[in-house]
Amino acid sequence: MPDSKIERHGASVADHGAREGPARERASPAGLKVRPVQADDLPQVIAIDAQVTGLEKADYWYELFHRYGSRGQRQRFFLVADSRGAVRGFIIGEVRDWEFGSPPCGWVFGITVQPDSRLAGIGSSLLESIREGFRRAGVTKVRTMLARDDQLVLSFFRSQGMTAAPFIPLEIDA
Amino acid sequence: MKLQTSTSLALYSVLEAASRPDQQVSAADIAAKYGVSTHHLAKVLRELARAGILDSARGVGGGYRMSGNVKRLTLMDVIEIFEDMSARSPEAGDESTEVGRAIAQILTEVDEIAKATFRSITVETMLKLIERERIAAESAGVPAVRSATAA
Repeated sequence: MPDSKIERHGASVADHGAREGPARERASPAGLKVRPVQADDLPQVIAIDAQVTGLEKADYWYELFHRYGSRGQRQRFFLVADSRGAVRGFIIGEVRDWEFGSPPCGWVFGITVQPDSRLAGIGSSLLESIREGFRRAGVTKVRTMLARDDQLVLSFFRSQGMTAAPFIPLEIDA
Repeated sequence: MKLQTSTSLALYSVLEAASRPDQQVSAADIAAKYGVSTHHLAKVLRELARAGILDSARGVGGGYRMSGNVKRLTLMDVIEIFEDMSARSPEAGDESTEVGRAIAQILTEVDEIAKATFRSITVETMLKLIERERIAAESAGVPAVRSATAA
């Protein structure tokens, strides 16, 4: 099971434009590049997350940085979309081996794009970058899981070509 | 969940129109391509025009053209024009019994997953999927004459 301490898809991306404001495309921000997160990025990451979710969770993000942002990680990814030093979005995921009986595959736990920067392909760039990381790590399948009523993010992943996985999530009261 | 014939025809029509945004598509064209009733299809197209998804043009060379936003229009938006998606499955069973309620619970689960899927897929996403199908068919040496984007 993907790390239960990670808040999955606590936000949205909406690169495809579904249900998200006026029907206009935006050019990608100047000099956009996707790179591994750095400690200096965390205040911006925390601010974007707080803007989108309404909750500021600094401790949570610093802990995630400690576990996913350290150099030398070959199977964990915490990437940010950077435009001239401004963080516009981020994505987190990792390779998990033999979860649910599945051969190693990449899991995307969270993806968020700053609301003012949406509809410019940033979510697509983040997803493509983490897929590239997963490929380098030797896996050929990428999965994610999100709420059934999260139409915005579901539509984003669908627009990127993701389809239903051969798994069904189940739950019970503890 | 089983879609009514009108709903299926509406989905075919919307995807045909969306795949050829610069052309008028006619009921006869779509009917011939998919082997369906022109009369039934004409009624569906009029309904889609009334809903603002298609624009209609009369006269020689007339037909229907996509007017909805393919990036935003979802399969559910089209389906809901023809079906009451809030209704329970017709096979839900007699809920006055434990067995009936248990069966209804499972059918509701199935319905909710189906609705979430329809809500999450835009026409643009479908066009990408159709294109992938066309490329796969070409790679396999299968003529893609029935593919919307191959028209």
